[in-house]
Amino acid sequence: MSPTQQEISAEIAAQAAPTSGALHPERRYPPYRSSLLRHPSQPVVALEDPDAVELSGPVFGVTDVTELDADLTRQHHGEPLGERITVTGRVLDRNGRPVRGQLVEIWQANASGRYAHQRDQHPAPLDPNFTGVGRCLTDDEGGYAFTTIKPGAYPWRNHTNAWRPAHIHFSLFGTAFAQRLVTQMYFPGDPLFAYDPILRSVTDDAARQRLVAAYDHELSVPEWSLGYRWDVVLDGPAATWTEEGR
Amino acid sequence: MLPTPSQTVGPFYGYALPFPDGGVVAPAGHPAAIVLHGRVLDGDGAPIPDALLEFWQAAPDGGREGRPGSLRRDHTTGGYAGRDGLSFTGFGRVATDADGSWTLHTLAPPAETPYLAVCVFARGLLHHLFTRVYLPDARPDDVLRRIPVERRSTLFAQEERPGLFGFDIRLQGAPHEETVFLDLA
Ligand SMILES: [Fe+2]
Repeated sequence: MSPTQQEISAEIAAQAAPTSGALHPERRYPPYRSSLLRHPSQPVVALEDPDAVELSGPVFGVTDVTELDADLTRQHHGEPLGERITVTGRVLDRNGRPVRGQLVEIWQANASGRYAHQRDQHPAPLDPNFTGVGRCLTDDEGGYAFTTIKPGAYPWRNHTNAWRPAHIHFSLFGTAFAQRLVTQMYFPGDPLFAYDPILRSVTDDAARQRLVAAYDHELSVPEWSLGYRWDVVLDGPAATWTEEGR
Repeated sequence: MLPTPSQTVGPFYGYALPFPDGGVVAPAGHPAAIVLHGRVLDGDGAPIPDALLEFWQAAPDGGREGRPGSLRRDHTTGGYAGRDGLSFTGFGRVATDADGSWTLHTLAPPAETPYLAVCVFARGLLHHLFTRVYLPDARPDDVLRRIPVERRSTLFAQEERPGLFGFDIRLQGAPHEETVFLDLA
C-alpha cells in the first residue's frame, strides 16, 4: 500500500529539526522511501589526507561549453512554452571566494512538469521546443547565468498524491573533487514545499532556505523575462577553504 | 559561509549529465590502458540501474592538473562531440546500465596515489558518497590504515585478467560487504 500524504507528512514532522544546524540531508530519510536501501549503514570514514587526490579536481574549458548551452530557450527551431526566466548567481567556496571557470550543469522539466526523458511517463505534454538541459562555465566572479522557462511541478510515486515542487537540478564543480555538489534549486513561495520529502530531507530550516532562489525584480527584463537569483556555496574539506591565496 | 545543501540527483539526469565516451578516459589506442568495471548494488544486493559514477585520478606521471576536453561540443550542430580522444583529462563519468553495471577505460594511477577517487550519485541517495578504488598492488597508505582490516578489501579492485579489474560498489550491507565511504574532513 502506498502511504498517504498524511502519513508522509507525519513522518516529515517527526524528523523535523528546525534549528539543528544540520547542513545536508541525512542519507537515511524514511519519508523519502527510495533512501531506505540506498544509504550506508556503516559510518562514513572521515579522513585527513593533505596529499589526497580529491583536493584537486577536473578542469573544463572553451572546448567543453558553447554560449548557446546556457540558453535553454534557443536549442530548437521554435520557442518553448512557459514563463521565460533567467537564473543567475555566484558559485563560492566556504570562504566566500569565487569558484572560477568551473562547470555548472542544469536539467529540468518543461513548463508542464514533464522531463524529456524516456522514463518520465507523467501524462503531461512534451514540448518539442524544449529539452531542458543547460551548462556554462563560471566567470571570474564565480558568476553563472541561464535563460530558461519556469519548470512545472510534477507527480512522483513516493506516496499517493506526491508532487514535487518546481525545481531546477544543478550540478556544480569546485576546484577540488571533494567540493562536488549536486542539488536542486526551488522557487520562492511554492505551496508544495511542506509536502515534499526530498526538500524536507534538509531538516534545518535555515539550510533548507538556502535551496530557494530569490525573485529579483532588478533581474527581470521588461517585456521579456522574470529574474531569479541563487548563490551556491560549495562544501568541502577544510583544506580547500582555509588555505589562503589559492 | 554555510554550504548549499545537497539534494538527490533524481531519476532524470540521464539526458543531461552523461556524455559520449564518458567512461573512456584513456587516450585512444594507449598501450597502458586498463579497464575497471563492476556493479552498483543496494541494501538488498539488487543492482541500481540509475546511479551515476564520477572518477577523478592523477595521471600516470603524477600530474593532477587535469585537462579540458571531456565534454566537447560540436560548434556547428550544437551536439555533443564528447572526448577529443587525445588528452588525459583524469575525469570520467559513467551512468550505470539496466543491470547496475559500469565500465571505465583509463590509465593506471601512479604508485604514490594508487587509487581513483569515486563520487557516487543515485536516485534515493540524498547526498553523494565518496569512495576510492585501489588497484590490487597498492601499498596500504594512511587512509587504508585507518580502516578496519575486515572492511579494507571493499576498497580494492580484483584483477580478473591482466588489465581488467572488477570493483562493486555496495551502498548498504554488512560491515565486510558495504563499501567504505570516505569524508574528507
Ligand atoms: Fe526533478
